[in-house]
Amino acid sequence: MAPIEKVEGRAIPFGLKNVDTDVIIPAKWLKTISREGLGRGAFETLRADPDNLFDNPEFAGAPILIAGDNFGCGSSREHAAWALGDLGIRVVIAPSYSDIFSGNAVKNGILPVVLPQTAIDRLMEVAATDPIHVDLDTQTVTTPFQDRFRFDIDPFRKMCLLNGLDEISLTEKSETAIAAHEKKMATDQPWLIPATP
Amino acid sequence: MTRPRTLYEKIWDAHVVEQRPDGTCLIFIDRHLVHEVTSPQAFAGLRASGRTVRRPDLTLAVPDHNLPTTPRKDAAGQRLPIADAESAAQLAALETNAPAFGIRYIDAVAPEQGIVHVVGPEQGFSLPGTTIVCGDSHTACHGGIGALAFGIGTSEVEHVLATQTLLLQPAKTMEVRVEGEVGPGVTAKDIILHITGVIGAAGGTGHVIEYTGSAIRALSVEGRLTVSNMAIEGGARAGLIAPDDVTFAYLKGRPYAPKGADWDAAVAYWTSLATDLGATYDKTVVIDAADIAPSVTWGTSPEDVVPITGTVPAPDSFADPSKQAAAAKSLAYMGLEPGTRMQDVAIENIFIGSCTNSRIEDLRAAAAVLKGRHKAAGVKWAIVVPGSGLVKAQAEAEGLDRIFTDAGLEWREPGCSACLGMNPDKVPAGERCASTSNRNFVGRQGPGSRTHLVSPAMAAAAAVTGRLTDVRELID
Repeated sequence: MAPIEKVEGRAIPFGLKNVDTDVIIPAKWLKTISREGLGRGAFETLRADPDNLFDNPEFAGAPILIAGDNFGCGSSREHAAWALGDLGIRVVIAPSYSDIFSGNAVKNGILPVVLPQTAIDRLMEVAATDPIHVDLDTQTVTTPFQDRFRFDIDPFRKMCLLNGLDEISLTEKSETAIAAHEKKMATDQPWLIPATP
Repeated sequence: MTRPRTLYEKIWDAHVVEQRPDGTCLIFIDRHLVHEVTSPQAFAGLRASGRTVRRPDLTLAVPDHNLPTTPRKDAAGQRLPIADAESAAQLAALETNAPAFGIRYIDAVAPEQGIVHVVGPEQGFSLPGTTIVCGDSHTACHGGIGALAFGIGTSEVEHVLATQTLLLQPAKTMEVRVEGEVGPGVTAKDIILHITGVIGAAGGTGHVIEYTGSAIRALSVEGRLTVSNMAIEGGARAGLIAPDDVTFAYLKGRPYAPKGADWDAAVAYWTSLATDLGATYDKTVVIDAADIAPSVTWGTSPEDVVPITGTVPAPDSFADPSKQAAAAKSLAYMGLEPGTRMQDVAIENIFIGSCTNSRIEDLRAAAAVLKGRHKAAGVKWAIVVPGSGLVKAQAEAEGLDRIFTDAGLEWREPGCSACLGMNPDKVPAGERCASTSNRNFVGRQGPGSRTHLVSPAMAAAAAVTGRLTDVRELID
């Protein structure tokens, strides 16, 4: 996973509320056995409209997406994060996310920034014409017009994103604790967690 | 004396392997369900890193999302190939990966095959007080038997396969208490649709919802599974209903459930899990069961719920400007005008199935309405998709399949089917479907499809009249 610290560039002023993962990537694109190439299917229904933002040359290669409340709700499909990543999105800025989507985003090196709706409204305005700067280290979003919005992020997620860390390797360091839990359960509730051979 | 705890807190505490200074916990996962769509990349990741599955004995794989619901064997009993090459490849990947990593696998033609969330409780693989995950957001379903169950992404699937744990932040707790008795024609589905309408699609975000109150306790286990299944439609990653004697009676004797002395020990433990007197939730919503009517959705978010006796709302009836904009978009997509009576909306397609409503009681409820009746001429496509092979066999033993086919509905093989349109079962663009599934998102049942979420009895009523119908008019 690519580390992420500073991202600067155009932001797609999308802004819609309750965007579900079926909209981000329709089910027909889920038949793949790879993580690659899903950008083609991203926002397919919306992109049927020739005036859509995603195919507007103005926003070609934009690394930031601005969205509304409850972004990524619905299905747990990580394909939504893969599709955004494949489109070149490194940061999403929204007032809130579904719990599953924000986790999936972080595991794929995409930073989900949470800002209040008032800040989103201002950023939507700026994004129409100018770039936006996101700094994970200082937890700020800034614009060329002296706007400065600070955001909160879970310290563990921040550390993983800044370092591009693989969570499985981190967890493997807790092997002793995992084995101890299994051993205790095999004694206390063998009907639930049997002893391993 | 220990602090009073909620059901959620008790299950969480019992699964903490390690707590980090920032509050993140390494949580042990007791049961992992795997299906063909969200697992191939996880298995590929294990192979690439040379890792194995830590606890194949706590993992169960079954294909469901992609499988066609047309017959899977020919007259000679030979398995038929899947026409769609990508679906076939995904199924083949699971068929290769499960044995390669030593995981128990229920194959596509096994009598026990079915939707992963129907199979788990049915096999007694899902148990109260356990942590259950699956790469599917409707894993919330298993909360109906009192398990802390939630959907995960593919990276987390790989993490659980490799370590049998997940790194999680504790959730906030929310109680949704439904008190009183529901009226005739009101089912578990109507209860959860009504709740979703009240709390909103993001009302439970960051929370685990515990459903309490006399109307929830009065539900069968199958009804409880329906309610908890749609916790995610209210934004909550998991739902919970306290396990009780109804739960224990449902689970006893199931293939993977504990037996003998183990069973008694398990029941004693499960009984201790109920929320303590004096424990508090971060948020509580109280709903009067008498306020719940047979319900239906009008828009493209599961929060867009009205009673069947209601009308299509006008966008400007919502206070929130972003909801006004969303409602206008929804109505344009749905082809509906504000003020239209829901009962005047014509329906061309009927889908009875999905992990929300494909269990035997759901099929009985639909059959009770359809018995001796026939689908309306305007209904072009109507399918009944049982949740598992065992549900299918039970329904056939009760003659329900004949009631459906006599009424002009098709009786299919088990799977996820038209709930998400990954297999060939799709609703044509611009047409409506009265669907017992869980999501009315844009394009969910096929590009351009228009979904109205309803209970099985309401779907059956719509099949009979060819329009959204108050089922109370068809039952005395």
